[in-house]
Amino acid sequence: MSGVTVSAKVNGDAVQYVCPPSESLMDVLRNRLNLTGVKEGCGTGDCGACSVTLDGRLVCSCLVLGAEAEGRAIGTVEGLSQDGELHPLQTAFIDHAALQCGICTPGFLVAAKSLLGRNPNPSEEEIRYALAGNLCRCTGYDKIVRAVQSAAKVMRKQKRS
Amino acid sequence: MPYETDYTNQKFSVIGNRVNRPDGVDKVTGRAKYGADASAAGQLVGKILRSPHAHALIKKIDTSKAEKLPGVKAIVTGDDFPDFTGGNRSLMDTLENCMARGRALYDGHAVAAVAAVDAQTANQALKLIKVTYKKLPHVTDVDEAMKPNAPIVHDWIRTAGVDPAPTTASNISQRNEFGHGDVETGFAQADIIIEKTFKTEQTHQGYIEPHACLATLGPDGVGELWVTTQGHFTFRNMCASLLGLDVAKLKVTSSEIGGGFGGKTHVWMEPVALQLARKSNRPVKLVMTREEVFKATGPTSSTSVDVKIGAKKNGRITAASAELRYQSGAFPGMWGMLGAMTSFACYDLKHVKSVGYDVLCNRPKVAAYRAPSAPMAAFGVESVIDLLAAELKMDPVEFRIKNAAKKGTQASYGPVYGPIGIGPTLEAVKNHPHMKKRLGKNQGRGVACGFWFNFGGQTCTDLNIGIDGSVNLTVGTVDVGGSRASLALIAAEELGVDYDQVRVTIGDTSSLGHNDTTEGSRGTFSSGMATIFAARNAVDVMKQRAADTWGIPVDQVVWEEGVARAKGRQNSNLPPLSLKEIAAKSPRTGGPIAGHNEVVADGAGVSFASHICDVEVDPETGSTRVIRYTVVQDAGKAIHPDYVEGQFQGGAAQGIGWALNEEYIYGDDGTLQNAGFLDYRIPVCSDLPFIDTEILEIPNPNHPYGVRGVGETSIVPPLAAIGNAVSNAVGVRMTHVPMSPPRILKAIEDAQ
Repeated sequence: MSGVTVSAKVNGDAVQYVCPPSESLMDVLRNRLNLTGVKEGCGTGDCGACSVTLDGRLVCSCLVLGAEAEGRAIGTVEGLSQDGELHPLQTAFIDHAALQCGICTPGFLVAAKSLLGRNPNPSEEEIRYALAGNLCRCTGYDKIVRAVQSAAKVMRKQKRS
Repeated sequence: MPYETDYTNQKFSVIGNRVNRPDGVDKVTGRAKYGADASAAGQLVGKILRSPHAHALIKKIDTSKAEKLPGVKAIVTGDDFPDFTGGNRSLMDTLENCMARGRALYDGHAVAAVAAVDAQTANQALKLIKVTYKKLPHVTDVDEAMKPNAPIVHDWIRTAGVDPAPTTASNISQRNEFGHGDVETGFAQADIIIEKTFKTEQTHQGYIEPHACLATLGPDGVGELWVTTQGHFTFRNMCASLLGLDVAKLKVTSSEIGGGFGGKTHVWMEPVALQLARKSNRPVKLVMTREEVFKATGPTSSTSVDVKIGAKKNGRITAASAELRYQSGAFPGMWGMLGAMTSFACYDLKHVKSVGYDVLCNRPKVAAYRAPSAPMAAFGVESVIDLLAAELKMDPVEFRIKNAAKKGTQASYGPVYGPIGIGPTLEAVKNHPHMKKRLGKNQGRGVACGFWFNFGGQTCTDLNIGIDGSVNLTVGTVDVGGSRASLALIAAEELGVDYDQVRVTIGDTSSLGHNDTTEGSRGTFSSGMATIFAARNAVDVMKQRAADTWGIPVDQVVWEEGVARAKGRQNSNLPPLSLKEIAAKSPRTGGPIAGHNEVVADGAGVSFASHICDVEVDPETGSTRVIRYTVVQDAGKAIHPDYVEGQFQGGAAQGIGWALNEEYIYGDDGTLQNAGFLDYRIPVCSDLPFIDTEILEIPNPNHPYGVRGVGETSIVPPLAAIGNAVSNAVGVRMTHVPMSPPRILKAIEDAQ
């Protein structure tokens, strides 16, 4: 097996790994870097459970090659909380019971954070369309949307103060 | 000493509070471990080779080239699974479904498996296995499979439930009949009769987490299985039976589960992982791809249903009958039976008859999908109810109220109902603000009712009080939707402590006695009941410790709000002893304090729901948008309202997907065409509005808190609620689910 050596940053930390050229970033994160917060729901970019940010852009890590991460910054759910404090989105998801089985939750948190970074005051419709790439089978999305609305409010307040 | 199960209408301190779930932080930080998140040193990767044919003889499997590939450590086929079933046909069906024995029965049926050092090598090895197939005629449609000249799936099947017993092979594995009275008499009394046939296509539970496990099994017959499952005890029993192991030597640990809805109540590949582990003597991690999940696990039935209902001009139904045909995939099931039982369960009927058929075909082995078989039956029945109401120029809700089952009604499936919620949910719907909203152009409104039984089952629970008074509650029912929070609330209520003082764990199979699977809406109901009794057991122990400390008889001690008090004037000088104080003293008063309970939780109450749905249909494209949805359901007692609402909303969303979009599409060659989330499209966030919920509480008289299971009923009404709404929006009766855009356009066209 010929491997590709990759140096990248994950959640702010420098990492280095060797992987086959055909291996996905999702498999690298889960199996080589032990970041199992990234989930495989489909492997074909249809469910969003593997969502991460790549240089700030929301992507399905199952559609990115491990080799493509060379020199780039990856953000996963594990990087959401800072200094032992939960991110307002994480707190809102718990407070609003926006998860049942929780398998889609990491993907939703990464996607929602990406949305609020671009649009701090989204309408219900904007939230729904921005999250349309993340499948949830348990909740019917109701409490997820409410949690995102609530977190957005908290984050706007935090920014003002 | 057995504890009383009767409803006591007590006042609650913590039950009903919307507390934060105890596993919330784990799940929002990615720390929670699901089926594919565990790894073991030296593990191998397992992969399964699957039949590309709908029906074929397996003439030969040549694994020689694959065996020589460096890195391949074990290969298994059907020959590697000796028959330990002892003639138990149901066990053999499961075994044969996990690994074909001479014949591939559906597109995706497992025919061989490998364990190798990594996924690449395993996949390469699969390509090197040469299987020689001889294709056989196949059948995938339920009605086609019942025809006399249909290709036979199993030549040993003789239709059960038919008299005289047939002597020739059939794809109809059983016939079941339920009802009472005489429908011919009833129909003769009717002023109007409506008769119609409906069809529903196959859908999958669609859990986002594929099946996954990590298996070890040594030459000493001792093994471990980490697995995503709804029932780790059931999986243990099943794997032990199939592989000839002692139950106690196979430790099964339930990972967090990423959705199940009935699809993870059954083993699909776990025995294969264990056998690969045994053959290679190394841990084997086996994870299904999404395509495998669609092709080779347990979707729900596709069906064909005839419904006939007669009523008098005053709106009272005089007779109702249904014939329901459910395909069970390549192995027999009891889905037609469940459909026949549930069809008319919402109504008070003097003359009723339902006949259910289970039919084999070359599709994957059907498993339960949330209130299995009920949604399809409800689609037919609730559509005909609407047609009758329209014909009689009666309001559809009023018509249902007039005929609703109530306490004392003999259910169409046999038992007499106690206090039930169908009437109250209909009254709540009638008065709901949703009904008053004005509809616009191309919009239609539909209502529908639904029913599901709940199950109790075997349950075993341990409650241990720590030295500092914090409490460990170990239960054996897998937490699929948030039940840990509810169970902690129950323990806290019984002990009189704060919710945060209780820590709930799902114990592995070595830690507890048998617990039945989390299905049948039983998780909170049965583990809740066992928790109540385990806590009362612990309270009895603590009262004794207090009595011993005070030197008084235990019948002078009461437990109130988390403290032991000495009753009676002669004891008025004794200060109360809190749980914390008793726990701190426990090493000196008799050792660790615990409560334990095993129970077969009887008396599960039935749960009824009524739904309202508004849709807008684009007449040019046939595309349907759900603009408003309301669920009203009876929960008996909502231990944690957030999670009860969550069940209502989740079931409704699955029903909406089933009603409008989801279906298994088979080619003429009998292979599945849309085995992925792109073409098997489940609802996404932008498809749905907020889903309003109203929780009713008509207490279940057979549970101390009045709890009814709620997890399943809310998937039952949506097919019909949407069917009625779409039919009202386009002016044409819809009879085929899913009501996808091409079907709606065709229905409109055919009507013109």
